[in-house]
Amino acid sequence: MKSLRYLLKRILQMIPVLFVAVVVIFLLMRFLPGDSALATLGDKIDPRAYEAIKEERGLNASIPEQFAIYFSNLLQGDMGTSVIYNEKVSALIGTRMVTTICLALIATIFTVLISLPLGYLAGVKRDKPADAVIRVFALIGLSSPAFWVGLLLLIVFGVQLKLLPVSGWGRSWPAHFRALILPGMTLAFSSIAVLIRNIRNNVIDVQEADYVDFGRSKGLSNWAISTGYVLRNALIPTVTLLSLRIIGMLSGSVIIENIFGLPGIGALLVQAVTGRDYAVVQGCVIVFVIIVLVVNVITDFLYSVLDHRIQLGGDEA
Amino acid sequence: MSQSDDKGFKADATPTPAGEAAAELAATAEEASQPEKRLSPFRRSPSLLVGTIIVAFFVLMALFPQLFTSGDPYALDGSQMLLPPSADHLMGTDNFGYDIWTRVVYATSLDLIIGVASVSLPFVVGVLLGLLAGYYGGKLDSIIMRVLDCFVAFPFMVLAIAIVAILGSGVRNLIIAMWVVSWPEYTRLVRAEVLVAKQSEYVQAAKTLGYSDLRIMFRHILPNVISSSVVYAASDVVMCIMTGAGMSFLGLGVPQPTPEWGAIISGGKSFITTAPWISILPGLMMAVVGLGLSLVGDGLNDLLRTKD
Repeated sequence: MKSLRYLLKRILQMIPVLFVAVVVIFLLMRFLPGDSALATLGDKIDPRAYEAIKEERGLNASIPEQFAIYFSNLLQGDMGTSVIYNEKVSALIGTRMVTTICLALIATIFTVLISLPLGYLAGVKRDKPADAVIRVFALIGLSSPAFWVGLLLLIVFGVQLKLLPVSGWGRSWPAHFRALILPGMTLAFSSIAVLIRNIRNNVIDVQEADYVDFGRSKGLSNWAISTGYVLRNALIPTVTLLSLRIIGMLSGSVIIENIFGLPGIGALLVQAVTGRDYAVVQGCVIVFVIIVLVVNVITDFLYSVLDHRIQLGGDEA
Repeated sequence: MSQSDDKGFKADATPTPAGEAAAELAATAEEASQPEKRLSPFRRSPSLLVGTIIVAFFVLMALFPQLFTSGDPYALDGSQMLLPPSADHLMGTDNFGYDIWTRVVYATSLDLIIGVASVSLPFVVGVLLGLLAGYYGGKLDSIIMRVLDCFVAFPFMVLAIAIVAILGSGVRNLIIAMWVVSWPEYTRLVRAEVLVAKQSEYVQAAKTLGYSDLRIMFRHILPNVISSSVVYAASDVVMCIMTGAGMSFLGLGVPQPTPEWGAIISGGKSFITTAPWISILPGLMMAVVGLGLSLVGDGLNDLLRTKD
């Protein structure tokens, strides 16, 4: 009950941020060089056709009026029509959103599965060879540009070993999954590095804490101390970092989708920007903002599950 | 900085003795911000030494590209297309017949400038806003933080792309886009530390002495809260170089045929089966630059952390 109220409160807090984001992106798009009517007509500009399209799209109305229309349509799920695809923006985004979310999800799973054991190992084996190797690996991960890592993986696993598809999305779910492995690894690469370093430092800090000594003096087994005390407490700061990295992955997906030819909203956004398809740009940006806000709410929730000291509904500093 | 609540000090907060104690504390705070001079920073942190050597090497390359190559980055040679790396062409040639090594060398200055320029203004503005928000709190704090919430609601790449879409591509607009997206992290870091520092004895002491807000903020608090932002800035330069190169990779950053790392790597995309060196080798260079800057960041972190 309490957590339900908290969830509701957090969702209500999202609304003003989302509204401002919608206003900002709407205004920004009005400053674009050339309007969508020009983009549709291309080079052959017939003044009458131009005026007709402007009238039809409501571009002659004042900016507040245009916004009111846009916003009421948006509330009904209508984001306008793409000038390039000549299709509803919501339909375009709907199918592509699944791709982007799956990509971010699989990259998150890779990140957790790889960084958790390695970060823990490095922390426990501090200053031993295993720690040194893992830290060098993390440093390389941190320094390598994602698009370069993507191309390397593509060359090794796609072109040379022919293990995984080089590009495209496939038609069935098993094919989608295979198509997501390389881009998922690419996207996870730098997050793995960041998280390994973070978990390592947290494990070292927590190991020195008094309550771990206390647990030992109570005669708890090593396993109980590692999982119940060290790991749990070491993970609390990591959760926040992971959520920041997931939001970072949404940024990364824009580039990764382009390298691997995945039909996601990142790739759609870049196409729309190049083609001045601004209803689509607006739609993509708004969907990205919604995903970020949802990730934030989920993080708060996980945080409270891991750390009982944090009271749900309490005011944050 | 220790943050223990000194009850004894608060209890005898009568003007004269407390005033003396306050003056002493305020003095220690100003002293604490002085760098230690006992051991050279490079001896104390090998990461900083290695990182600085790598970064210095690339700064040299950026300033004097002629030392590293005799070629012209814009010279096309139609008879020398898609050649693998050799003594004549260290990184091979691309589909236009450009010598990749020459272009990579000449791109160094532009990429480093993008990295440093993208970080410098957000660093100053972000730190100032964090200082103001943390120190004054109240309305000013909530305004700054609500604005910040709106900025961080966008994935940075998405916002940067939207801005480039409006301003058009090119180096200048790319840097402006980075300015818009990178300040919030500094504000968050500094604000959080100011909130802690505000409760500390040396700030209470400085207040007791009746120092002005400006003096307390800049001479007492700032030196003690800036270190995390400095460490972050080192990694931010890496991130901005990579984001800038990423934008060029997408065709939204530095226009062709200006030599730029991301654009060069992007140019090799269509040739990864036939001429993989076009993308691999310049990317390796970028990774080395990133490694150097990351090591500098780690080194700074070691130095500033051991002070506590």
